[in-house]
This record gives sequence, structure tokens and C-alpha cells, in this order.
Amino acid sequence: MALLEVNDIHTYYGNIHALKGVSFEVDSGEIIALIGSNGAGKTTTLRTISGLMAPRDGNIVYDGRDISATRADLLVVRGISMVPEGRGVFAKLTVEENLDMGAYIRADGDVAEDLASAYAMFPRLQERRKQLAGTLSGGEQQMLAIARALMSKPRLLLLDEPSMGLAPVLVDVVFAAIQRIASEGVTILLVEQNAHMALQIANRGYVLQSGEVALSDTAANLQRNEVVQKTYLGID
Amino acid sequence: MFRNRSGEFSWVDFTIDVLRVLIVLAVVVGAWNTLSSGRISLAQWVNLLAAGLAQGSIYALIALGYTLVYGILLMINFAHGEVFMAGAFSAFFLAEALNRTGFLNEQPLLAILLLIMFAGLVSMTVAVLVERIAYRPLRGSPRLVPLITAIGASFFLQYAFRGLYGSNFKAYPQLQALQGALQIGEFNIPITQIFVFSSALVLMLGLHWLVERTRIGKAMRAVSENKEVARLMGIDIDWVILFTFGVGGFLAGAAGVINGLFRPQGVNFYMGFIPGIKAFTAAVLGGIGNIPGAMLGGLFLGVIEAIGPNLVLAGLGIPGANQLKDVIAFTMLVLVLIFRPQGILGERLSETKA
Repeated sequence: MALLEVNDIHTYYGNIHALKGVSFEVDSGEIIALIGSNGAGKTTTLRTISGLMAPRDGNIVYDGRDISATRADLLVVRGISMVPEGRGVFAKLTVEENLDMGAYIRADGDVAEDLASAYAMFPRLQERRKQLAGTLSGGEQQMLAIARALMSKPRLLLLDEPSMGLAPVLVDVVFAAIQRIASEGVTILLVEQNAHMALQIANRGYVLQSGEVALSDTAANLQRNEVVQKTYLGID
Repeated sequence: MFRNRSGEFSWVDFTIDVLRVLIVLAVVVGAWNTLSSGRISLAQWVNLLAAGLAQGSIYALIALGYTLVYGILLMINFAHGEVFMAGAFSAFFLAEALNRTGFLNEQPLLAILLLIMFAGLVSMTVAVLVERIAYRPLRGSPRLVPLITAIGASFFLQYAFRGLYGSNFKAYPQLQALQGALQIGEFNIPITQIFVFSSALVLMLGLHWLVERTRIGKAMRAVSENKEVARLMGIDIDWVILFTFGVGGFLAGAAGVINGLFRPQGVNFYMGFIPGIKAFTAAVLGGIGNIPGAMLGGLFLGVIEAIGPNLVLAGLGIPGANQLKDVIAFTMLVLVLIFRPQGILGERLSETKA
């Protein structure tokens, strides 16, 4: 059974019909890439899954239960964590306080241990742990956003454009980290404009076009697909 | 001078600059006259300063409630003065009862603690109920709407308490432990003022610890910065907002008791109005939404109110200067709004926050 099943969801911004019946599945342990151009509905899909927006039609089943109308903060408790578009670090909180907020829902005593492993993954964050997150560089903020999302010990990690605005070296660092997180058993749903990078680490991918799934296949097949190559990979 | 940003002459900027010069002139001339006449001795200045700091710390405690709520909801809770009144008024009856049994003067410290806790809890309850009933259902509506409900809630509370306890002024019983004055060098500082200042300091340190060190405090700051991301952390923002109202309410209730023991004129249902407005002024002075700003703004306003009339107004030959301290307070508000709208410690408001 799939960990996440998205069944024909329709989401609106006011009167704007943003998602027109999106369906896909994410199996436990997979890395799934959601690619598409600006305005295709990638971010809206993630916002709908994470509970920040509610679908008007269709449903979302996570771990065997319908979560279409569940509030975002309760979904975190259920094991869904999201790295929002634009990173969303708390600029006026220190790096460590940001990580602490990631563990807000947890009452167990292992938070210190997980803090240590977050720092092990991104040593740069440890150097800056007392610094305000707003003073970090874009790459460091992205690392912080990912590390923070992991502090709630998610089963499903939603990542919205983790490569946006990063220098190529940092994109590599971030994607290596995502692969490592996946290898530790976290299921990943990755939204990317950088289709090239996303399809390299993903198992399967879905192509979104104007609020609908236009194409779905294994990542390897998508990379070879002519339309995908032309439109999203910049290969003529 | 006399030019706006694009370098053209502008009557608005001209008027504001003229105003600046006139104010500086008035302050300098007034202060010079007063100081050179030697009408007020150093000991008297120190007394004015101490009284100002005491009054200012009460403003500061109330101002914190405005600033906490604004920081998180960008909303002015105009019913906050009534939250202050609710605690002060209710604790009056406890103080009376404690006085009758003699406990108040046998165990003054314990009695004060008890009164503060009681008033704090009453005010906290009122603040939380107001949020839950009057504000939460309207969250997300245009900004004028909660403002109007706040004024409605404020009237409701005033007249509810008038109905409950009557409209007479009721004076808190005198605490013997707070009578007299402390001799520091050649200065005599009334013990009540020291009590007011130090208890406010303890409460503010407590708030600082709560906001900076505890998980709920960090969550308050997180919600204040970005509600959506806070939800993605698993934070129940409705609960955090309620908690924030509660903390502000507790501080206001505590301020109510401190005020009751400090000022002899007593409590009544209308007592929250002026301190509420003054505390709001203090919060704006310090930079609304900024916690140290509210503390600083409160103390600053208290001191300005105490010293300003004697220093500036009396020096300009204005009769009955001490009765004009409200003029000073609200002139300060207007001046801050003109010259430094973001307040002493505030950041420039961005489009989204303004």
C-alpha cells in the first residue's frame, strides 16, 4: 500500500482553479520528483498535502487515513514534514532555536541526540548555532530548513524547490543530503524546477502541467523522454 | 532641510522642520529657566525621577500586553486597559478580606504575592475570553473589524464590572510595610515606589525568561514571525495566540494590584481607560511589537510625565504645570508618530506589517 495517495484533488485560490484533478502515489522509501514549469501547480500540490490548503474536491490518503481536511500542525505529529518554498527559516531566531522549533511536537529525550546528528549532517550549522538565522547565506538557510524539517522525525518529507537560488556547488551539497536522508528510510516528495537534478536522484517522477499530471514514469524513462528533454531539461 | 527626498521644496517637510525647531527651542528655554531659577532642589528632582520610574513601570507592564498581542496578530487590543481594570478591581475585594483578617499586615510579602497571583489570573481569564469570543472568530477579516470589536469588548467589560461591583471608587487598604521612605544618601525614596519598581522588574525578568528560554516562548516568536511556517513545525498557532493573550493579561492584572497599592485614589470600573491609553502610548514610543521597547517606553513615559511639566512647562511660565502631565504624555505620542513612527527600538515597518 502506498504511503501517500493523492486522488483527483482540486484546489483553488479564491476563484482560481489551481489544481484540476491531480492524482499520484508515493510508496514508502521512494524519492518522487514532481517537475513542471512555473505555475504548473507544484507548490500548490505540496501545500495541499501538508494541510496549509484544503482541496475542494478529491482526497489525500496518508498511511491508510484520509487527511484531506487535517490541519497542518496535526499532520506534523502524524509524520509529514515540509521544507517550504523560499526556506522559511525564522530569521529572528538563532539557528539552534530554529532547530528546536522543528522538534516542537516532540516530548522525548532524544532531541539533543538529533540536534547532534543535524549538526553532523551540516557542520556549517554547528559553527553558526548561536547566530540569527536571518544572517545566514541562502545555502546555509536551505540546510537549516532541511535540518529543521527532520527534527520532527518525519516519515514523509516534502521539499519545495530546495535548489532555488543556490550556487551549483551548494545544489550538489543539498541533493547529496536529500539522498542521504532517503537512505535512512525517509520517504521524499521533491518539487523542483531543476528537473535535471531531481530526476537524477528520484525513483519516479510526475510532470505537472497547468494543474494536471501530464506524464508519469520512472525517473530514468523521464530523463530519456523527448518532451521532457526539450521542455524541462533544455536538451534539443 | 525644507526639501523632501526628491530634493523639491515641500510644505509638509517645511512645517515638520519648523515644528522640530520650535520644540527644541521650547524644551531648551523651559529647562534653562527652571534650572537657572533653582526652584527645584536636587533632592526634589530625584523624588520626581523615582515617582516617574514607579509610574512608568506600571505603564510598562500594561504596555507589554499591547506589544505582545501586536507582535503576534498585528492588532491593537483596545480592551487591554479593561483587562488591567478587571484584575485590579477583583483583587480589591481579596485585599479587603485579607485586611479584615489581619493577614495583609502580618504577612505582607505573602499577601502581596497572593494578590498579584489572584489579579493576574482574573485578568488572564478575561483576556483569554475576550480573544476566544471577540477576536478569534474575526481573525482574517479586514483590520478595522477587530478594532471595532475591541472597543465593544472594552465597553462591555467596563459596564459588566460596574454592574458587578458598583461605580464607586474603592481604595485598597494601606499596607504598613509599604509606608515610610528609605533614606539613600541624602535622598528620601518612598518605599511604595521602590516596591512598584522592583516588583515590575521581577515580572519583566520573568517575561524575558519565558520568551527567550522556554519552548512556548520560542513558539511565540516563531508565530510572530511566520504563522504558516510555524504551523509546519507542528505549532498550534491558535493555542500560542491564546497563550500570548493570557501572558499579557497576567502582567496587566499584576500591574493592577501594584497600581492599587501604589496609588491612593482607588479602583473603579473606569480606571483602565487612561492607563490603557498611556500604556499604548508607551508601547508605540518603544516600538510596538518590541518587548524591550515596551519596557523602555513605559519607563520613559513615566519619567517624562513626572519631570517634563516641572522642567519644561513650569520654566515657560505655564501655571499648574503638574496638572498638565497628560498633555506631555500625548504630545510625546504625537511627536513620536511624526518623527519616529517605528518607535525608539522599533524597526521600520515593512509594507506587510504596516
